[in-house]
Order: sequence, then structure tokens, then C-alpha cells
Amino acid sequence: MTRALVNVPARAKKGDIIEIKTLISHPMESGYRVGYGGEPLKRDIIQTFSCDYDGAKIFLAQFSPAVAANPFVSFHTVATASGKLVFRWEGDNGFEAEETAEIVVE
Amino acid sequence: MSDAPRVFNRRTLVTRAVHVVAGAGALALSAAPARATPDMMSEAIRKLVGGAKVNEGRVTLDIPPLVENGNTVPLTVAVESPMTEKDYVAEIHIFNEKNPQPYLVAAYIGPRAGKAEFATRVKLNDSQHIIAIARMSDGSFWSDGADVIVTIAACVEISEQ
Repeated sequence: MTRALVNVPARAKKGDIIEIKTLISHPMESGYRVGYGGEPLKRDIIQTFSCDYDGAKIFLAQFSPAVAANPFVSFHTVATASGKLVFRWEGDNGFEAEETAEIVVE
Repeated sequence: MSDAPRVFNRRTLVTRAVHVVAGAGALALSAAPARATPDMMSEAIRKLVGGAKVNEGRVTLDIPPLVENGNTVPLTVAVESPMTEKDYVAEIHIFNEKNPQPYLVAAYIGPRAGKAEFATRVKLNDSQHIIAIARMSDGSFWSDGADVIVTIAACVEISEQ
């Protein structure tokens, strides 16, 4: 099954800028390669990655086939409130994955 | 090989021929054989910015100048901005010249990011020029570019699937 890793600090002070790192297992097959038999390999990529936190989408990335396999993304946000961060990946062939992380903001 | 600009001995000719044949085979067989060109990159950038001026500066594209493996090239883009409700970076787009498509990745951020910086890893098909363009909340565009030398290109190896 798809494995996703997210790295969010467990605690932060209100107003701090925190770094969030994410990694998901996915082949990101570009659609431009051929297999051993010479047959074209169908495109299979993640198209979007987003993060929701404290009532809003704080980050959205659109991937092209040129994003490397097992996409890694790191970005920043201001710690505003304790709660859940929801990470979503969506892509070709109905690919969907979701991961959550909790943060305590004091 | 000093005065004549293009003199090949037999070996280089043969190696080159092999490369050409292998390349042509891969291209002919792949689903979409197109390859982006600097023109396609300019076109893609025009589509993003319209007629607006793209200023140089404020954006820092950090990518290794020499990459051994084009299959996974780390890059970081940072944009100078106060990141307040009124003045922030809205979008960061990254373009390339020589991959099959001119786009690499686009990130939509906003005032809540606090810091306009993001990192990812991309595939590069050849040594080429990469351009990052940021769209600010006031609608202005800022950019930075970097040249990358790739010794082993992405996309050339055959999948084991």
C-alpha cells in the first residue's frame, strides 16, 4: 500500500514559522519511457498535493511528470492553533492518499 | 582535432551512432515523443505571466550546478517577501528547457506560509537552464534562473516493470 511520511513538529509557539516535510511512495511514471519489451509505459503520476490546517488550504502543489519518484515536498506555515494538519495527494488512475498530523500550539 | 571543429574518429562515430539509434528508438516508441525546447519554455512562461514584466531578483533558486543522476534532483526556491496579509507570495512556478514538458512544478502558498520557501525533487532529462518565477500578491512577477549540468539523464533507462 501507499506509504506516506509527514514530519510536523509536535509542539510550537503561537506565531512560530514551522517547517513541514512530506514524502510519499509513488512511481511517478512520466509516460515518456518504454519498458523492456519496447512498449510505452502509461503515465501514472500524482497531480496535486495539498495541506489543510486551521480551516484553510495552506499549501497546494501541482506536479508535472517531471517530479521525481516518491515525491518529497517541504514547505512552511505559521503555527496558528492546535489541531490537525491534513495532507492529501491525488493523481492518475484514481490515486488518492491522505495523512494527518497533530500539532500543539501554545 | 585542433583546426577542424568536427573531426570524429571511428570510435566516437560508432558510439554516437549507437546513441542516436538508441535515442531515436526510445523516442519513436514512447507514447509522446515531444521534447520541450527553450521556445516551449518561453511560451509556457508567457502563458503564466501574460504581458506582464518578469523582474529579476527576490527569488532564489537553489539547485546543484552539477548533478550525477537526473532522476532525482533536489531544488529549493525561496522568495523574499514580508509574507503579511497585504504583501505575500501567491505562487511559485518552475520551468525547464529540455524535459518533454516545460513545466516542473507549481506551488500555491499565501500569507499563512510565514516564509515563502519550498523544496522538492525533480527529474531532468538533460543539462539545461531552470527558471523559477514567483507571482506576488500585487500581481508582479519575479524570477531567478540556474544552469544545471546533468551527467546521467532521467528517462533514458528502461523500466524494470
